[in-house]
Amino acid sequence: MYTYTCLSQSRGYNLPSCHMVNLSGFHILFDCPLDLSATTIFSPVSTSLYEQTFTTPSSKKLLDSNNLIPIEPYYKTIEGVHLWNVSLIDVVLISSPMGMLGLPFLTRSKGFSAKIYATEAATRVSEFMMKDLVAMHMEFKQLYGPQETNFLQLFNWEELEALPPSLKEIVLGKNGTHLGSWMPLYSAADVKECLQKVETLKYAEEACYNGTLIMKAFSSGLEIGACNWSIKSPKRNISYISSSIFSSGVAMDFDFHALIGSDPLIYSDFASTLGSDYANALEFNSDDDILLNSDENSEEMEKMEFICSCSMDSVKDGGSVLIPIGRLGIVLQLLELFALHIDSFDMKVPIFIISSVAEELLAYTNILPEWLCNHRQEKEPCIVFCPHWSLRVGPVVHLLHRWHEDPNSLLVLEEGIDTDLALSPFKPIAMKVLECSFYSGIKLEKVPQLLKMLHPKQILLPDYTKQLFEPLSKSLPCLFYTEFETLCLPNSNNLSELNIATNLASQLTFSKMKNEELSISRLRGELYLEHGKQYLIGGKEVKGLETEIGLLVHWGKVDLESLVVELEKVGVKGSFECGSNVVNVVEPNKGFIEVKETSVVISSGDESFGLLISDVVLSLLNGI
Amino acid sequence: MAIDCLVLGAGQEVGKSCVVVSINGKRIMFDCGMHMGYTDHNRYPDFSLISKSGDFNNALSCIIITHFHLDHIGALPYFTEVCGYNGPIYMTYPTKALAPLMLEDYRKVMVGRGEEQQFTYENIIDCMKKVTAVDLKQNVQVDKDLQIRAYYAGHVLGAAMFYACVGDSAMVYTGDYNMTPDRHLGAAQIDRLQLDLLITESTYATTIRDSKYAREREFLKAVHKCVSNGGKVLIPTFALGRAQELCILLDDYWERMNLKVPIYFSAGLTIQANLYYKVLINWTSQKVKDTYATRNAFDFKNVHQFDRTLLDAPGPCVLFATPGMISGGFSLEVFKHWAPCESNLITLPGYCVAGTVGHKLMSGKPTKVDLDKDTQIDVRCQIHQLSFSPHTDAKGIMDLVKFLSPKHVILVHGEKPKMDLLKSRIKSELGIECFDPANTETVSFPSTHFIKSDASNAFIRSSLTPNFKFPKDEITDTPSLHVCDERVSEGILTMGKGQKVKVIHQDELVTMVGGGKTEVEFGYCFGLNLCSLKNVSKEVRVSNGDDSLLGVLNMKLSDEFGELGVRDCKGSLEVNSFRVRVCKNDDCPHRVDRDELSERLECVFFCCNWSILDKSIAWRVISVMKNMDL
Ligand SMILES: [Zn+2]
Ligand SMILES: [Zn+2]
Ligand SMILES: [Zn+2]
Repeated sequence: MYTYTCLSQSRGYNLPSCHMVNLSGFHILFDCPLDLSATTIFSPVSTSLYEQTFTTPSSKKLLDSNNLIPIEPYYKTIEGVHLWNVSLIDVVLISSPMGMLGLPFLTRSKGFSAKIYATEAATRVSEFMMKDLVAMHMEFKQLYGPQETNFLQLFNWEELEALPPSLKEIVLGKNGTHLGSWMPLYSAADVKECLQKVETLKYAEEACYNGTLIMKAFSSGLEIGACNWSIKSPKRNISYISSSIFSSGVAMDFDFHALIGSDPLIYSDFASTLGSDYANALEFNSDDDILLNSDENSEEMEKMEFICSCSMDSVKDGGSVLIPIGRLGIVLQLLELFALHIDSFDMKVPIFIISSVAEELLAYTNILPEWLCNHRQEKEPCIVFCPHWSLRVGPVVHLLHRWHEDPNSLLVLEEGIDTDLALSPFKPIAMKVLECSFYSGIKLEKVPQLLKMLHPKQILLPDYTKQLFEPLSKSLPCLFYTEFETLCLPNSNNLSELNIATNLASQLTFSKMKNEELSISRLRGELYLEHGKQYLIGGKEVKGLETEIGLLVHWGKVDLESLVVELEKVGVKGSFECGSNVVNVVEPNKGFIEVKETSVVISSGDESFGLLISDVVLSLLNGI
Repeated sequence: MAIDCLVLGAGQEVGKSCVVVSINGKRIMFDCGMHMGYTDHNRYPDFSLISKSGDFNNALSCIIITHFHLDHIGALPYFTEVCGYNGPIYMTYPTKALAPLMLEDYRKVMVGRGEEQQFTYENIIDCMKKVTAVDLKQNVQVDKDLQIRAYYAGHVLGAAMFYACVGDSAMVYTGDYNMTPDRHLGAAQIDRLQLDLLITESTYATTIRDSKYAREREFLKAVHKCVSNGGKVLIPTFALGRAQELCILLDDYWERMNLKVPIYFSAGLTIQANLYYKVLINWTSQKVKDTYATRNAFDFKNVHQFDRTLLDAPGPCVLFATPGMISGGFSLEVFKHWAPCESNLITLPGYCVAGTVGHKLMSGKPTKVDLDKDTQIDVRCQIHQLSFSPHTDAKGIMDLVKFLSPKHVILVHGEKPKMDLLKSRIKSELGIECFDPANTETVSFPSTHFIKSDASNAFIRSSLTPNFKFPKDEITDTPSLHVCDERVSEGILTMGKGQKVKVIHQDELVTMVGGGKTEVEFGYCFGLNLCSLKNVSKEVRVSNGDDSLLGVLNMKLSDEFGELGVRDCKGSLEVNSFRVRVCKNDDCPHRVDRDELSERLECVFFCCNWSILDKSIAWRVISVMKNMDL
């Protein structure tokens, strides 16, 4: 049996889903993200600076003039992860850089001892993101001072209830259960300690946990280093598909071949379908080529071309372009495209990447560093890539303050946050705002064909897709999960694979079963588990009297009449009275044979005579 | 199923490494090298032994190249472009990046020597297009059954050992490797694997290398002495690996000693290779990686590019030039100019193939070297042989073989007499089958195979439950410290027609066949003389009570069967399934010889019953009891 619990469902690129699986007695956590979109409830660094000048320190002011909370932000973790006893987690598997952002909260918890696996690239990229976050957050510390304000103790319950609805939902969650997931940010030391605990892997490299679980990461195509997981144990092979993209502009393509035939397949890639209407019923494509022949990338390129041309227009009008997008793959592609555009228009437009870690990050991804410049803000039109997409922290806040009233400037936002809330502290906004969405998962209409091709014995899907996939249940063995509900799934059969050494097998002596086309043999060896496989090899000979004979099993019924006949054949004379269940043996020695429901009892005072009788009895039984 | 290992090259020699291994029906060519010492057909492996018809695409599952040295890759363009092999080829990313440079360098040397060229520049480019690059430790599924994986081998940038498995059989081919870290590369690293076969190089089959630092100092001293006397130093090297290591060493030394004598690289290759190093930093040693962020160890401050006009310029200098064994090209040209002068110094790599100038210089102290029929060069310069080589030494080979403990070892890439010694050490010290076949010979042995079966949970559970036994200390009645856990798995293997073999627990078999379990038991009730029982123990006052009778019996049985543990249960004694108690039932069904015994008056009856499992123990116990009754 294994159990499965969804701790949080995916809400797009920046917030991957989070699951817990108990397989072969090991608790495996998939991803540990951070809900950074929730940071929008706090005042951004610079506005709170202005706010401060209007408030006297003594007055308790819960919200600023934009209805945001003017304190050092807390960060929203996945509640389900922290409800779990962290010491019970055995393995953490990371699927993307974003899936790692909440990990320092976990690794610094008391009792945490799980083994963490992530790809080399995801670890590096995530390291940059975490360091950047910690560095940007320092600005709040400088603003509000070193003493920590406990966000949770700032409000009493009535005050929480009285918050504007958009804020209230973020703070408390839909069911009012999220209060416990808010935490003060981790420190640089926490990040360092966390990273030291991560075992980094290459794509398709095997990691073996406890000799039982073999885990491999395969490219998901979503982002540099992002991956799906295959976990093999002697009993079952689990695959986990996070958000994936068939053919990606920067990352390696979605490598799904290794995920074929799993039991179950946990499919959590519905980020891109969330919130959209499913107009058509889903169906299978007849052709695998349609599935693989991917138009996603060309669509993405079109979007990016559009962003570029809008940006060029703004620049020509003397405005600047602000791009607070966090997706590394998108940023890299945009950089390349901008370079082309600028070249072809024969313009001189500086591109800036402002970040505490940008240089390191770009060096890592092997981009030529000619575009780099740290903390330079020019008056001439320019294009700036900078964090953070929540618009609450980092250089973006200062640049927005500078540019928000310039109608020639352009702000490029990625879909996924509440734009009204995010932009509220920067009103009035005269600059153009371009909202764009990029693929962060497989297109819904391709999912059925993909699932069919992957041929899983069972598929775990989120409950909100039930109406879509239930009609396909003939070809797709689907099971639907709800957040926080633990599914206990029995093993489809109670068998597991065993490898028997040939030399052991060659020593077996088979006996044919009566009336059945079955040969059986007693088997004895040493069982061991290595690298997720069970082996039985010829063991060392075991000394000791009790095992000399071995454990014998017999079954079947002894019929008194045949017993007497068979005894006669070996020269033993006996008889029984009608209705009795005892054979009275008289020659050559005296003895009794009592035949009971589940046993035959031989009474004899002579060893070899007793054995002679028992041989006859056994010949009437099946046994091994 | 079997493993056949056909050695096409590097059998009892160094050069043209090429081994074709058939493993469970898959056929892999490991390395496709050329021999630097020959210019005739002997320079290439005899590919006709793979397939008479020349249909190499069907004869081979894939080719694996371990590193970019010509003795491992030199014949590849010939094999793919001239012989027509079109199947998959695997090598690491750095090898793929650097191999065309090496091949082109070699092709130019061939052309420069006026030999007929074996392949063109286009051939090299086309050949490399067929190559699939792999990452270290990445599992590559060549086809449904064949999986390969690369491991870090040190030696040179990109060098890898390759693991291959088909079904239950697995093997490793090491290529060239190094078990001690270099200045610029780490030591080989491999997982503990279950292997049928390990094919290892054995260049230094008998050498134990001394401290590396002593050898480095010696090298630096020789170079320093030469340049301070105004001499020129020629360091012939291969383009990659060694050159960088020596360069780090010299650059460092020049800084420390504040030397101003110029160090040159011969044009092109090495500079280009340095660029690759920057890209491929992940493959270098931890030390190089750690310093990379602050200082690129490959940005040599004191190193300049060499200009041909400097050949006869006055004054001291140090020059790195390719190829390494002075087999032609630029290093030969420099050699011609510099060898006649006493103040100059030529360093030679640790190994030079027979037939090269390097090899001639290493053998004895020649005063003249014949380049060809008409050219003879006077050799008056000093010769310094570099003894630090990127190959593992004998200890390293033994360590690797011991670590992997394969079922069979095949030695290649070495010299016969030394290989023989190593072979006998592997056999005697490690007890592992070892072979060192010559070229064109085949070594065969059976491969590992496991029978695939389904095991029931009950069987697995019973096997995993510890089978602890705590033999009781009879005197103190506490469990002794001696615990034995003989975990032997006992089960039933069943085979039905057209069904997968199944292993189940014996209790499951009974349910499976639908019948109930039937125990076969024995019973025996017999009388013993009371007087003789009393005589057994003089110290203990024996009353007629049953408990004390059993007490006496317990003492006696514990003496005899202590190791089995005699349990004193209320009213009975037990040894395994054997149970004895005092019997007062005159109609006891187990009293078989009633007539004879009823005559004895001073008699106590003991009723015994036991399972068929303990039939021999039971009769031993009964005989001990009866012997008390004399
Ligand atoms: Zn080599
Ligand atoms: Zn070699
Ligand atoms: Zn009795």
